[in-house]
Amino acid sequence: MTSTALVPEPLPSWRRYFGFSTDAKVIGIQYIVVAFFFFLIAGLLAMIIRGELLTPASDLVDRTVYNGLYTMHGTIMLFLFTFPVLNGLNNLLIPPMIGAPDMAFPRLNAVAFWMVPVFGFLLIASFFVPSGPATSGWWSYPPVSLQNPLGQLINGEFLWVLAVALSGISSILGAVNFVTTILRMRAPGMGFFRMPVFCWTALAAQTLQLIGLPALTGGAVMLLMDLTLGTSFYRPEGGGDPVLYQHFFWFYSHPAVYVIILPVFGIFSELFPVYSRKPLFGYVYVAVASFIIVGLGLVVWVHHIFPSVAQWMRNLFMVTTMLIAVPTGVKVFAWLGTMWRGKIKLTTPMLFCIGGLINFVFAGITGVMLATVPVDIHVSNTYFVVGHFHYVIYGAAVMGIFAAIYHWFPKFTGRMPYEGLGKLHFVLTFLGANLNFLPMHPLGLMGMPRRVSSYDPEFAFWNVLASLGAFLLGVSIIPFLLNMISSWVRGPRANHNPWNAIGLEWLLPSPPPEDNFGDHVPTVISRPYGYGKDEPLVEHQAEIERALTFAEVTR
Amino acid sequence: MSTTPMPPATPTAAHGGGHHASHNLTGFIIFLCSESVIFLAFFSGYAILRGSALNWLPPGVEGLEWRMPLINTIVLVSSSLTMVAAEHFKAKEKLWLFRGFWLLTMAMGAYFLYGQAVEWGGLNFGLTSGTFGATFYLLTGFHGLHVATGVLLMGLMLLKSFLPGNYTGGEEGVKATSLFWHFVDVIWIILFVLLYVWRT
Repeated sequence: MTSTALVPEPLPSWRRYFGFSTDAKVIGIQYIVVAFFFFLIAGLLAMIIRGELLTPASDLVDRTVYNGLYTMHGTIMLFLFTFPVLNGLNNLLIPPMIGAPDMAFPRLNAVAFWMVPVFGFLLIASFFVPSGPATSGWWSYPPVSLQNPLGQLINGEFLWVLAVALSGISSILGAVNFVTTILRMRAPGMGFFRMPVFCWTALAAQTLQLIGLPALTGGAVMLLMDLTLGTSFYRPEGGGDPVLYQHFFWFYSHPAVYVIILPVFGIFSELFPVYSRKPLFGYVYVAVASFIIVGLGLVVWVHHIFPSVAQWMRNLFMVTTMLIAVPTGVKVFAWLGTMWRGKIKLTTPMLFCIGGLINFVFAGITGVMLATVPVDIHVSNTYFVVGHFHYVIYGAAVMGIFAAIYHWFPKFTGRMPYEGLGKLHFVLTFLGANLNFLPMHPLGLMGMPRRVSSYDPEFAFWNVLASLGAFLLGVSIIPFLLNMISSWVRGPRANHNPWNAIGLEWLLPSPPPEDNFGDHVPTVISRPYGYGKDEPLVEHQAEIERALTFAEVTR
Repeated sequence: MSTTPMPPATPTAAHGGGHHASHNLTGFIIFLCSESVIFLAFFSGYAILRGSALNWLPPGVEGLEWRMPLINTIVLVSSSLTMVAAEHFKAKEKLWLFRGFWLLTMAMGAYFLYGQAVEWGGLNFGLTSGTFGATFYLLTGFHGLHVATGVLLMGLMLLKSFLPGNYTGGEEGVKATSLFWHFVDVIWIILFVLLYVWRT
């Protein structure tokens, strides 16, 4: 037997990235690139929003336009950036990490991806319909979302609901695929407790999608019927209940935060051991905590609507929300324990992990504050909430995503990203995010409501700081894009394991062949993260590595 | 290029081509679990709206007539049994008996749809008759859509049974369709209780 499977294939044409490919690695990159396209659009909207908020007066854009801007900013960032970029990482990482040749359903995978540009187009198109885009915030609460002053069937809100429904279908198809792949296609010897934590967290996050998303879809169907068919599910004048929608919305949209942050926990759990040269502290607890977060995450949604519900519900959901800090805390301490007395290497991915962890702990503290009913009712609908979730989504999740991109970039492109540009990107992102989102907390405590384009002049100081931070964040994306493009084109060649990491994906050439290990899937014989233990991960590891190195030397 | 010997591969059943049929069934079951949450959302929405309503029935509406839906229910529940019979004969490789019972199940599903349409036609309230009308048509309509999907799937499986040798080694599509059909059936029983049995 020869090692043809280990020799990198000649790089196929770049054109495959523009067509209907069923290869998970192509789809993964398609997801990530499309996601960053929408990231730039939604980021531009954020720049306009922060530009408007530089001064207390409503002077840059019209108030209705402003409503459309924050609505579309939130919707695009979540449904067209965060979810697609994470699905891209899932596509790239899950099959090689578990030794599978591809996803369980490659065609379904491609269909799920191609729905993203379709509903993205629908959302962007809503800027050009006569009524303008949806203006009722990313949560689209009735009765605001049911206003249709121009009386047209095709209005911004209609397109919004349609896009969210399509996004839901796409995510469900993706989730069915990811869960089946992880459950059924693992390498021989890879029991659940030998699975990398990223796969654990992906499994947990996709389980949440499967349970939560249908509720939002059901709620959105009713919203669409109220909007277009004249039903009264949410119209009080017809006996309906607007708070019912809030329950449907948050039954999904709170778990959606865990759908976003769980894979990032997975990324942290993969990267801290690599760059601390130590095994993941408490691997089993970190893995299992993901599913405790799933269970608890499904019963906390009411904390978003404390002002709308009865006292007993407030008490109940305050407790469940606070409990979720326990499994999350387990993970945070596990990462600290991993770094403790490790040989820490401050590479770009590690810096993004540490920065993300710091931001996440801060977001966790304000999260527990928000879980407390009296505090929550005081700051409900203020900038305190905006600051909190931007720390979670940007401060922790997006920084974790950047860490993952820098870490696995050499694996899937065969090129090394530039460290200097990467570190510049990190510094600008970390400073920008904190300068942008920290001032939102004092603003919220002082009582500045969210979603307003003009405000009392006493709020001006913190708003100017936040806007400066936002512009810094806008600049921070430039070194990232430069780095990605230039290193993919002419970066130094990467070997199969540039970070000296342990994991099945690092036993493949960079970039891996289309079917990963093909018929030569190695048998896993130990737990992941065996740093400093000198025990092989798979049978015949030394031979596999020798063959890979040989192929690299002779290419 | 390299001549270093590769370690012996240990392929398992889960790997390589030709074993994807079992994945299909796993994926389908996962999808069904997810689909059930949409119904759960509609059921809970219905229960909350009905439980908190001051006047649940719109003016001029007495309530729902339950006799014809009961006949429909009996037909649909029995169709689950004929489907079990069909699967039993497929397992015994008596293909014609399988097709017979399968067709009977399809016919019962079609009858259910017909009965549902007749019921809708005779009602004196519409989609916009308060939350009562809206939830009624939403629940029965969404369920009816699933029944129609089930009948179409069964038709597809029936056609595929005529492909030579297709059903000798066991056919995942039949299993998936039958799971779907039992699912639609269970949903209907809950629906029947919520819509017709629950009296205020």
